[in-house]
Amino acid sequence: MANKLISQMGLPPSIANVFAARNIMTAKDALSLPEFELMTLLDMGLDQVKSAVERISEIICPPYQTALSLMEDRVRLGGHLPTLLRGLDDALCGGIPFGALTELVGPSGIGKTQFCLKLSLLAALPFCYGGLNGRVVYIDTEYKFSSHRMVEIGKNSFPQIFQSEGMAQQMAGRIIVVRMSSLPEFMERLQQLKFTLIQHDVKLLIVDSMAALVSGVNDTSTAGPKQHLLRWPLSFLKSLAEFSRIPVVVTNQVRSQNTDEAFHYPFQVQEKDSSKNFERLESHLIAALGIQWAHAVTIRLIFEAHSGVWWVGERGAVEILLACKGGHVQHNP
Amino acid sequence: MLSEEQMQKRITTGCDDLDTILGGGIHCKEVTEVGGVPGIGKTQLGIQLAVNVQIPVEYGGLGGKAVYIDTEGSFMVERAYQVAEGCIMDTLDKFGHHRKVILDCQEQMQPNSFLANIFYFRICSYTEQIAVINYLQKFLAEQKDVKIIIIDSVTFHFRQDFDDLALRTRVLCGMSLKLMELTKTYNLAVVLLNQVTTKFTEGSFQLTLALGDSWSHACTNRVILYWNGNERHAYIDKSPSLRSASAPFSVTSKGIRNATSQCKRVRMM
Repeated sequence: MANKLISQMGLPPSIANVFAARNIMTAKDALSLPEFELMTLLDMGLDQVKSAVERISEIICPPYQTALSLMEDRVRLGGHLPTLLRGLDDALCGGIPFGALTELVGPSGIGKTQFCLKLSLLAALPFCYGGLNGRVVYIDTEYKFSSHRMVEIGKNSFPQIFQSEGMAQQMAGRIIVVRMSSLPEFMERLQQLKFTLIQHDVKLLIVDSMAALVSGVNDTSTAGPKQHLLRWPLSFLKSLAEFSRIPVVVTNQVRSQNTDEAFHYPFQVQEKDSSKNFERLESHLIAALGIQWAHAVTIRLIFEAHSGVWWVGERGAVEILLACKGGHVQHNP
Repeated sequence: MLSEEQMQKRITTGCDDLDTILGGGIHCKEVTEVGGVPGIGKTQLGIQLAVNVQIPVEYGGLGGKAVYIDTEGSFMVERAYQVAEGCIMDTLDKFGHHRKVILDCQEQMQPNSFLANIFYFRICSYTEQIAVINYLQKFLAEQKDVKIIIIDSVTFHFRQDFDDLALRTRVLCGMSLKLMELTKTYNLAVVLLNQVTTKFTEGSFQLTLALGDSWSHACTNRVILYWNGNERHAYIDKSPSLRSASAPFSVTSKGIRNATSQCKRVRMM
């Protein structure tokens, strides 16, 4: 949209020519300059500049929808991948949302990969069993994917479905596992991914784990340099999610907090008591990948072990308690 | 002017303490910036305000409509439905004994009607953001009832693609002036949600709102949402008329409400 040519906008020819003469070819060029500067650059009166900018803005501005029509679209085209964990599905208004980036965060060993395997199955299952009847692209950066484990989970969670031998094969066949271990490789393959998604009717994209891609790149433990690298993959993943209307699930690791980690605003009173500081350091794990990544993620599911019980929290809503029994996650009333 | 200011209705946030430090709620004719770390509740507050602005006049609200400009795709429409339901339920509870009022507004007090009054724009670049703000002038002239514009989040696109930082400051200033004009011309509130970043000051890293220095003078009021231990708090960081104060609040399944003693916080940032 931003790169739309001014020459194609139907402005009065005299105005359009002046823009072209000063090398302002796209809407982005025109709107990046404050009106006063445009006036000087084009040597046009303020009124003319204003009306040209108005016209350009109106054309570039994306169409609006009422929230009601957004809702109706979601109901019509489907909006969620149910996890079949009642408390979680309730809190997420139906399940993992389509068109958004959902992050799974937690210490290693807590079961993020297990959860991803379960979600893959759920997306692959036929409609009659509550699935999305589609393919799954599973990007495995830590070489943790195990088809054997996945079939095991399938047999545990859906015994009646997986009784028939052919079913396990068929479901496994729907999950496309892509292995990569470096960020540059990831960025390169992301482009191709767009075509794969359309061609193969992919209904779910999983990146397990995002943090592993980045941790190899920098030696320093600060989040600063890493964020910069993730900017493009992040916005690409988001746009993939939105335009294909599929859920995108990404796993993230935690790292321990550095002493010079910022968690205060200037107006907050600094804790002088060092023992209190220690307690806070101990109890606060920071999700890797930094604050800019965290801002961009829509839903964050936090896995936390609390004396044998999983505690899954979602941004902006209530926490739900889940129970873990041998890798089979179920709701704990 | 004084009597005019006193007659200005405020948009309630759903939390009494938060309303109090805001002088009754979000003010029309003013630009309020709300910043905070991810997960603190900025989008939740944005959605809450888009719903609360619609509370009918008979129930003490503004009976207005909302424009929600989403730059990051954080708007969850199912959540908006939940929040609308919660608001309607609590409003009707509060006014339970006024039977006549309830009957008159019956049609308006449905979650779907509330959703129909939120105009949603999804923008994907700073060019589109500038375009939509320019376009609002025409839009608002046609849609007379809009009483709040929420931009979530205002600096996101400006933090990544701009090469010329001085130009960026000038563009942001121009944008904020336009927004100020809109508040005065159409007597509505503008709420800008903003991200945080870290800044090295006084020998340590501290949290600060994104693009703070180039943008900070552009809004009337600035509110920071932050974690105080396990509770969510809001702090008035800057305001010409409000005292610096902080208030606790919570995010519940119904939306933004008063803080409860059972506030749970996942021990991860």
